[in-house]
Amino acid sequence: MADLLNLFHGFSIILSWYNLGMMAIGLILGIFVGVLPGLGGPNGVAILLPLTFTMPPTSAIVMLSCIYWGSLFAGAITSILFNIPGESHSVATTFDGYPMAQQGRAGEALTASFTGSFFGALFSVLMITFLAPLVAGFALHFGPPEFFAVYFLTFASFVGTGKDPFKTVISMMLGFGLAQIGMDNVSGQLRLTFGWSELLRGVDFLVVVIGLFGVGEILISMEEGLKFEGVDDKINAKVVWQTWKKIPKYWMTLLLGSVIGAWMGFKPGGATAASFMSYGLAKRFSKNSANFGKGELEGVLAPETAAHGSGCAALLPMMALGIPGSATAAVLLGGLMIWGLQPGPLLFIEQKDFVWGLIASMYLSNVVGLVIVLSTVPLFAAILRIPFAIIAPIIVVVCAIGAYTVNNAMFNIWVMLTFGIIGYVFKKLDYPLAPLILALVLGDKTEVSFRQAILGSQGALSVFFSNWLVGAMMAAGFLLLFWPAIGLLRGKSSGVPLK
Amino acid sequence: MEQKHNQERTRAAWLTYQAVEMAVAAAIFLVGATMMADALRIGIGWASDGPKAGYFPFRTGAILSISGVVIFFRAFFGKHRNQAPFVTWVSFKLVLAVLIPTVLYVLVTQFIGIYVASALFIGGFMRAIGRFNWRKVIVVSIATSIMLFWMFEIQFMTPLPKGPLESLFGY
Repeated sequence: MADLLNLFHGFSIILSWYNLGMMAIGLILGIFVGVLPGLGGPNGVAILLPLTFTMPPTSAIVMLSCIYWGSLFAGAITSILFNIPGESHSVATTFDGYPMAQQGRAGEALTASFTGSFFGALFSVLMITFLAPLVAGFALHFGPPEFFAVYFLTFASFVGTGKDPFKTVISMMLGFGLAQIGMDNVSGQLRLTFGWSELLRGVDFLVVVIGLFGVGEILISMEEGLKFEGVDDKINAKVVWQTWKKIPKYWMTLLLGSVIGAWMGFKPGGATAASFMSYGLAKRFSKNSANFGKGELEGVLAPETAAHGSGCAALLPMMALGIPGSATAAVLLGGLMIWGLQPGPLLFIEQKDFVWGLIASMYLSNVVGLVIVLSTVPLFAAILRIPFAIIAPIIVVVCAIGAYTVNNAMFNIWVMLTFGIIGYVFKKLDYPLAPLILALVLGDKTEVSFRQAILGSQGALSVFFSNWLVGAMMAAGFLLLFWPAIGLLRGKSSGVPLK
Repeated sequence: MEQKHNQERTRAAWLTYQAVEMAVAAAIFLVGATMMADALRIGIGWASDGPKAGYFPFRTGAILSISGVVIFFRAFFGKHRNQAPFVTWVSFKLVLAVLIPTVLYVLVTQFIGIYVASALFIGGFMRAIGRFNWRKVIVVSIATSIMLFWMFEIQFMTPLPKGPLESLFGY
C-alpha cells in the first residue's frame, strides 16, 4: 500500500509540463538513436548525459531513460523493415518480422512488435514497483562484504552466461584496469598514469562508451558497405486496429515473454538471451510452429516482448542495489553518480522523489512511447533512406562533440577514437563489450567495498564467508564463474560435443 | 587486372582471424604486464592499514595476462583455427575511408575549431564517398555546422573548441 502511495506521489512529480516535455524529447531522440546505425541506447545516453549536468536529476533521468525506451522500441523498425537488427536483442525479431514485411504485412509486424514491447515493459515496471522497494529494504542491511559479494555475483554471471569465458574475463579486466587509472580513492596514490597529466582524472566511462559503441559501430557498418534496402511500410489506424484484435489470442506468448524478460533482465546481458529464449519457447508451444521463420505474427511478438521487458527490468537492480543489468543501465548509473546521487539501497529512502518519479515515468513513457512509435514509423523509416555517406560523418561529429563535452577536453576525442578502433577489432573477434562498461562503471565501488571488507577483517578473506548471506552469494558467484569449466567437464565425461 | 586480384588475395591471406586474434591476445598480455609492473611500483601487498594501492591492479593485471596467454595459445593450437581473412582489402579500404578522415578531422579540430572542421569533414566525406554534387555538399555541411553552433554555443551554452573563424565573429 505504501508503494502505491509512493507511486502516486511519483506521478504527481512527473506530471509537469517540463517533465512531460523531457519525456517526449527523450522518446523521440531514443527512436532516432535506435534507428540510426552507430548510435544505440548506451551511446545515445552517453552523448546526451553531459547536457543534463545542470538539470534537476529527476528530469534528467526521465529524459535519459526515455531515450533508452525509445531505442528499445526502435530496434524493431530496422529489424522488420530493413532486416538489420539495430542491436543484438532484436536479432530474433528479424526471423519473422522481415518475411512478414516482404509479404506486405509490415504494418502488422510493427504493430505487433510495439504492442509486445509495451506489454513486456508494463510487466517489468509492475514488478519493479512492488519488488524494488523490497530488494532495496533487504539490501539496507548490507555491509562492505555483502556489497562486494553482490558485485562479484554480477561479474561472475557474465562469465557464466557469456559465449567465451576468457574473452568475457579480458573485457571485464580491461574495464577494471581503466577504472583504476588516476588517483586511488583510498590512498590517494597515482595509478597507471605513467606521468601523463591528462590521465590524472582517469578515463571517463562516457568517452569509452561513445568510442566503443559509436565510432566502432560506424567502422563495422562501413566495412559491411551498408546499403539499406527497405520494404515499404504501410501502417495506419486500420492495420493497427486489426492487429490488436488478433493479439489477445496470443496472451500466453505475451505472458511467457514478459516473465522471461523480467527474469532475465535482472541478470546482466539478459535482453539478447531473453529474446531468443522467448522466441524458442513460443515456437515450441505454438500451433503454427511450422510457420515460424516464414512470417508468423507470434514470432515477432515473442522476442520483442521479452527484449523490452528485460531492458526495463534491468533498471530494478540498478535502482535497488546500484548494479546495472545492461550496458545502457550502466551508463544511466554513471549518470546518477554525476548528478550527485549515491546509487544503492539508500536511494529509496533518501531520494524518494527521484526513485518514484522514475518509476512513475516508466509507466507513462511506455504508453506515450507506444503512441509515438505507431504514429511516426514512416518518418523514421525515411531517415534510414538517407544515404550513409551523409549519416556516417554526421554521427562521427556528434560522437566527437559528445566526448568533448564530458569534461571539455580535447584529449577525450583522442581517447574516443582509440576506443573506436578497439571496439571495431573487439566486435569482429567476438569480445563482449558490456562487461567492459560494467566493470569500468563499477570498478571503483567494487574495489572500495573489497578493501573495506578486508580491512574490517584485518586481511582475512574468510570475511566473505562469515555469514550465510554473503557466503551463499559468494558460493553462487563461484559456481557461475566456473560454470563454463563445469560444463566442459560434464560434456567430456558424457561424450556430448560442446557447441 | 588479374595480377591485381592475386595481389589482393595474398595481401588478405596473412591477415587471418587467427593472426589478429593472436596479435590482440599478445597486446592484452602486454597491457596486463604493464599493469602488474605499475602495481609493483606502488606495492601489491599489505600495509599497516590494509591492502596497498597496487593490491587490486596487480591481480587485475595478472588475470588479464593469463587470459591473454590462453587466447593466444588457443588461437595457435586450438581446434577451431579461423583461417578466414579478418577483413578483405576491399572492405578494409572502406574502413580506412572513414578512419583516416576521422583522424585528420580530430587533428584539424585542434587548430581551426570543431565547427569549421566538421563542415569540412562532412562535406569532404559526402563528396569523396557519396559523390554528391557540390551544391548539396555545401548546403548540408554548412547547415549542419551552423545548427550545431546554434545548439551548443547558444542554446546549451557549452563551449566547444573554436578557431580563427569564430573569433572573427566575436566568439
